[in-house]
Amino acid sequence: MSAHNHTEEHHTGLRVYAAVCLALFVLTAVTVYVAKFDFGDFNIVVAMLIASIKAAIVALYFMHLKFEDKLTWIYALYPLFLLFLLIGFTIMETFTRVPVIK
Amino acid sequence: MANGAMTQTQHIPYLAQKGLKSWILTTDHKRIGILYLVTISFFFMIAGLAALGMRYELMTPELDFFRTPTEYNVAFTLHGSLMVFFFIVPGIAASFGNFLIPLMIGARDVAFPRINLLSFWIYLVGTAILLSALAQPADTGWTFYTPYSIQTGTKVILITLGVFVLGFSSILTGMNFIVTIHKLRAPGMTWSRLPLFIWASYATAILQLLATPVVGITLLLLIAERAFDIGFFDPAKGGDPILFQNFFWFYSHPAVYIMVIPAFGIISEIIPVFARKPIFGYKAIAYSSFAIAIISFFVWLHHMFVSGISETAAAIFSFLTMLVAIPTAVKVFNWTATLYKGSIDFHSSMLYALSFIVLFTVGGLTGVYLGALAVDVHLHDTYFIVAHMHYVMIGGTVMGFFGALHFWYQKWFGKVFNELTAKAAWFLIFVGFNVTFFPQFFMGFQGMPRRYATYPEEYISYHALSTYGSWILGLGIIIMTVNLLIPLWKKGWPESSNPYGSLSLEWQVPSPPPHENFDEIPTVTDWTYAYGKK
Repeated sequence: MSAHNHTEEHHTGLRVYAAVCLALFVLTAVTVYVAKFDFGDFNIVVAMLIASIKAAIVALYFMHLKFEDKLTWIYALYPLFLLFLLIGFTIMETFTRVPVIK
Repeated sequence: MANGAMTQTQHIPYLAQKGLKSWILTTDHKRIGILYLVTISFFFMIAGLAALGMRYELMTPELDFFRTPTEYNVAFTLHGSLMVFFFIVPGIAASFGNFLIPLMIGARDVAFPRINLLSFWIYLVGTAILLSALAQPADTGWTFYTPYSIQTGTKVILITLGVFVLGFSSILTGMNFIVTIHKLRAPGMTWSRLPLFIWASYATAILQLLATPVVGITLLLLIAERAFDIGFFDPAKGGDPILFQNFFWFYSHPAVYIMVIPAFGIISEIIPVFARKPIFGYKAIAYSSFAIAIISFFVWLHHMFVSGISETAAAIFSFLTMLVAIPTAVKVFNWTATLYKGSIDFHSSMLYALSFIVLFTVGGLTGVYLGALAVDVHLHDTYFIVAHMHYVMIGGTVMGFFGALHFWYQKWFGKVFNELTAKAAWFLIFVGFNVTFFPQFFMGFQGMPRRYATYPEEYISYHALSTYGSWILGLGIIIMTVNLLIPLWKKGWPESSNPYGSLSLEWQVPSPPPHENFDEIPTVTDWTYAYGKK
C-alpha cells in the first residue's frame, strides 16, 4: 500500500501537473491555430484528434489512470469500445440507406 | 457454509431504531434498500392505476372513459415512464441489490455507504422533477421519439430532465456495487463461490455504469433541441430523427437487461433452495449473465426495423438479435435441470420462480419472432409487441420481484406472512396476467395497433377479455400487498432466522440482521449451493 502511495506521489507531483497543464494550453492554442486552415472533410478529424490527445492526457495524469491496475483500465477503455460501436453502426446504417425519393 | 452464524438474542435488529432522521440520513445498506423498496412500490401502484384506466377505456371501441385521445396518450406515457424509469430499472437492482449484496458476500456494508444514500436522494430529486411535470404531463410515450417530442406542446423537458437526473442515481449505484463486489468479499468468498444473484448484480451494474450515460446525453440533446431549436434531429436543419432512435435504443436495449438480469439472479437463488439441489450449471449461468450484458449492446437496431433504416443494417441486426437467445436459453435449461429429480417445495416464492420460467420463456420466444426481420414488419407497433414486452417485464422481472419479496421477506422484516393467502394471491396474479396479455398476441397478429384509444368492433372480445384479466391481476396484487403489509404491525421477531434451510450467507445472520450484519467477518469454506452434499 505504501509502495503504491509512493509511486503515485512520485508520478503525480507538482511538476507533472504543471507539465500537463502546459500541454493542455499548447494543444488548445494548436486547435485555434489549425482552425485557420481548411482541411475539407478532415476538419473534424483534425479537431477530434487534438481533443482526444487532450482527453487522454487528462485521463492518464489528472485522473491517475496511468498508475491504475488492469481492471480500472478495462473499465476506462470499454466505454471507448462502446462509443466506437455506437458511432460505427450508426454511420454504417446511415450510409447504407437506399433513398426512397430520388 | 461459513463461520460467523449469530444468535437472535445478542443483536439489535437494524429496524430497531425509530424516527424520521434514522431513515433519511441512514447509510445502512439495508435501510436504503427499504427506502428504494417503498418508493418503487409506490410508483408501481401509481403506474398500475394508469394501466387499469387504459384497460377500462379499451373495454369498448369508443372513447368513453377518457375525455380526449390526448388524455389516453398521457395515461400510457405516465404508465410507461413510471414503470420503466421509476419502478423496473431501479427496481430489483437498487432495492434487493442494496439489501442483499453486502449480506451475501459477507460485508458490513457497501463500499461507499454515503454515495449509496446520495444515490437514493438523487433518485428522489428525479422523482420530484417528474411529479412536478404531472400538472401538464407529456404524451410522447416513454420513448420520447423525435420529431413528435420536439413538436408536442406538453412538458417534455421536465419529464426528460427527471429521467436525466435519475440516470446519475443508476450510475452511482452501479459503481458502488462493482467496487463492493470486487473489494469487500469475505475471506474464502471466491468468484467461483459467489451466489448467482451477485453475478447477476455485477453484470447489471456494468450496464448501469456504462450504458446510462448514453441516454443521459441523448435526453440532454432532446432538451437542447426543444429549448434552443438546434437541429440535431430536424432534417430541415441537417439533423436526423432516426439519430435519436439510435441513441435512445443504444441505452434502452441494454436497459431491458438492467431490468431483467437481477431477476435471473433471484430465480437462481430461489430454485436450489426449494428444489433442495445444487444449482445445475453454475458457471454457465454466471457467465451467461455477462454474455447477455455484452450482446445487449449489439442489438439495438432491432427496435427500428420499420423506422426507415437501411436494409443492410436491419439484416445484420436481425442476425445479431438471435444471439441473445443463446445465453438466455442456457439459463432456462439450467434452472429446469436443477428442478429435475429435486425435492420440490411449492412455497409461494417458488411458485413465482416457476411462473417466471414459464412466462419468461413465452416472452423470450416471441422475442425471437420479433427479431426475425420479415415477421417484425407485420408485427411492429401492434399488440403483439405489447404482449411480448409484458411477458418479459411482468412475467419475468415482476414475477422475480414478487418471488424475492416472498423469499427474503422474513429476512428483511423479521415477520411472517400468511402462506395460504400468498398462494391465493399468486394464483390470481398468474391467471390475471395471462388473461390480460395472452389475448393481446392474437389481436396483435390480426393487426390491432398499440397506443390507440379507439379501435374497430372486430377486436372487442379480445380487448374485453384483456380488461377482465387486468381486474383479476389487480385484485391479486392488492391481496398480495395487504398480506405482506399486515404482519409489519405485529410485534416481535420470528424464532427461526433461516426457515428455508438456505446455505447462503445472508441466512446465517439473525432475521432481521443487525446494523453491521456480522460480528466478525465470516470465513467462507464451501459453495453457496452445496445442497444434499455430505
